[in-house]
Amino acid sequence: METISILPPELIRMVIAAVIIISFLFLNAIMMGYAERKIAGHVQRRPGPMEVGSHGILQMIIDGVKLVGKELLIPFNVDRTLFRVAPLLSFTPVILPLLVIPFSEKLQARDLNLGLIFIVTMGSVNVMALLVGGWGSNNKYSMFGAMRAVAQAIAYEIPILLSMLAVIFMCNTFSLKEIVGAQQNIWFVFLQPVAFLIYVVAGLAETNRAPFDLPEAESELTAGFHTEYSGMGFSLFFLGEYTNMFIVASVATVLFLGGWHGPHLPYGEYLGVVWFFLKVYLLLFLMIMVRWTYPRVRFDQLLNFAWKYLVPFSLVNLLITAVVVKL
Amino acid sequence: MLESEYQEQNRFFLNMGPQHPSTHGVLLIVLEMEGEYVLDPQPVLGFIHRMHEKMGESRPCQSFMPNTARMDYVCALPYNHGYVSLIERKAGIEVPKRAEYIRVITSELNRVASHLLWLGAYLLDLGAFTPILYGFDDREHILDILESITGSRLTYCYYRFGGVYQDIDDKFIEATRAFIKRLRKRYVIYEKLVTKNIIFIKRAENIGIVSPDMALRYGMTGPNLRGSGIAYDVRKNEPYSVYPEFDFEIPVGEQGDCLDRYMVRVKEIEQSLRIIEQALDRLPDGPVRSKVPKNIKLTPGDCNFAVEAARGELSYYLVGDGTSTPYRLKVRVPSYSNLSCLPELGRGILLPDLVSILGSFDLVIPEIDR
Repeated sequence: METISILPPELIRMVIAAVIIISFLFLNAIMMGYAERKIAGHVQRRPGPMEVGSHGILQMIIDGVKLVGKELLIPFNVDRTLFRVAPLLSFTPVILPLLVIPFSEKLQARDLNLGLIFIVTMGSVNVMALLVGGWGSNNKYSMFGAMRAVAQAIAYEIPILLSMLAVIFMCNTFSLKEIVGAQQNIWFVFLQPVAFLIYVVAGLAETNRAPFDLPEAESELTAGFHTEYSGMGFSLFFLGEYTNMFIVASVATVLFLGGWHGPHLPYGEYLGVVWFFLKVYLLLFLMIMVRWTYPRVRFDQLLNFAWKYLVPFSLVNLLITAVVVKL
Repeated sequence: MLESEYQEQNRFFLNMGPQHPSTHGVLLIVLEMEGEYVLDPQPVLGFIHRMHEKMGESRPCQSFMPNTARMDYVCALPYNHGYVSLIERKAGIEVPKRAEYIRVITSELNRVASHLLWLGAYLLDLGAFTPILYGFDDREHILDILESITGSRLTYCYYRFGGVYQDIDDKFIEATRAFIKRLRKRYVIYEKLVTKNIIFIKRAENIGIVSPDMALRYGMTGPNLRGSGIAYDVRKNEPYSVYPEFDFEIPVGEQGDCLDRYMVRVKEIEQSLRIIEQALDRLPDGPVRSKVPKNIKLTPGDCNFAVEAARGELSYYLVGDGTSTPYRLKVRVPSYSNLSCLPELGRGILLPDLVSILGSFDLVIPEIDR
């Protein structure tokens, strides 16, 4: 990329980007954890965390320290390798998609021409982690959680892909940067409202968030796939979940909400990042509100909803898009 | 491989409880399962058995009063009520009218508190985290009101043989009226947040249908029986205390699914509020405690007294032998019978539905084990 040629060569630049992204990832998890607890508190008419720091703002950091300090308990008779690999498998793949997401016109680690496919691929690896963790735990509840996670991911990845495809049809590229570029005049959410809705609903399910949090449904499966995890093992799953949410929201922003586009700012090619984050966190706020408002659906209802409603609707939407684009 | 062998291989046992989040206490349910389908749920009881009945048989009847509140700590006042009424019937003790009114007011307040707690806990079972805190918020007001006259917040020991421990004051009446007004406003929130929620309806409608016949076979009582469409309520069918003087209805369901049981309880809250309002309006003057001999002699022979607790019919059975210590004391608790239909009801359903059914029964495990 000739645009950032003043910076050091490719490899060093990637390392710097990775470091920034990993530190951002922890920051994001801390912010999201705090926001979730605070919003949950206010939804439930209580103050939420208040003790550590002003309005409990340091609560998540203290909790992080506590989790790091805890012993990693490995239960009797588990598959030790799988049990240890699963949290890493959940955490590592979610770092990579952030490398291709364009935060603003010039703030992007690497613009792959297959960016969207890369993100989807990396997103699917997360399911693998849940399966491995649930299988390795030697616990029936974990096993239930793992099986549910797989069935759910298979069901919901299809509508996600189909709704993405509707956007791809309209701009003829997989490069995220070019997709955002194509929304200079009008955001795709206005041209593809159905695809946007399907994407958001399926995205909730993809990230295992309530009302689709069946793999960890606590009233049924105690804690689902991470029943047996403690300390950092648990917190890596937790980090993975929040980062996954961030990625789903960022992709929604890139595909439908015009990415970094917004009212003009000075140094727009860098400061567009403000608009990007505003949109992402607005979506995340919505996801948190949904979690604290609705009951959980039942598993067969969840699958029926995917196969009977979301998939047909997104197929029809795709067909209409194809016809209109052709015309 | 034979098909039957294959099926055998796929079956496994899952221990749900005694520390499972949705068994609400130390109840163990041994589930024989095939995938997510429950083939045979068997409740296992006894983890919190405290010998309350035996304690009642080994000490003078006055000393058993605090025990009654420990059986069902969610709705303790009707347990007080049943026991004092039993001894009063046995020993022929007169109770002043004002005391009976106070008993009704406090018992009904406790019933509302119990139903509010249940509402939140049930929604929590279905995966909605927020309603329980709204329920607790309202329940907190009731606990404050009751604390001001009974002195405790959960395990009350407020009623005495021949009356109540102390009279209620104007502050209590004012606070109760204010609470009734507040709760009626809160209905709108519950209605919007829960009752009309499509996910909730899908999780509760047509799940765990208890037919009237089945309900009678297992001796179910309370809102669980009324949800099946049978209008049996001890307060109406076998009136005790001053309940005949009040105008209230018995809400019933239609088909006996979880949604019906939910609706019956929600409507009962309103009926309880009506009773409290009427009782406050017509509260007579006079003493709140009659003269009772220090040493109550329980005449030989048996005696029974039933009251309507929040979970159903609670009845005390007592055999006296001329001393002040009962020869035999038996407590018939509603949750035990309500739970007993689970093996029949839970055959061939999904695990989440089992959780929904268990929640809709409003079980209190320490009451079952006693």
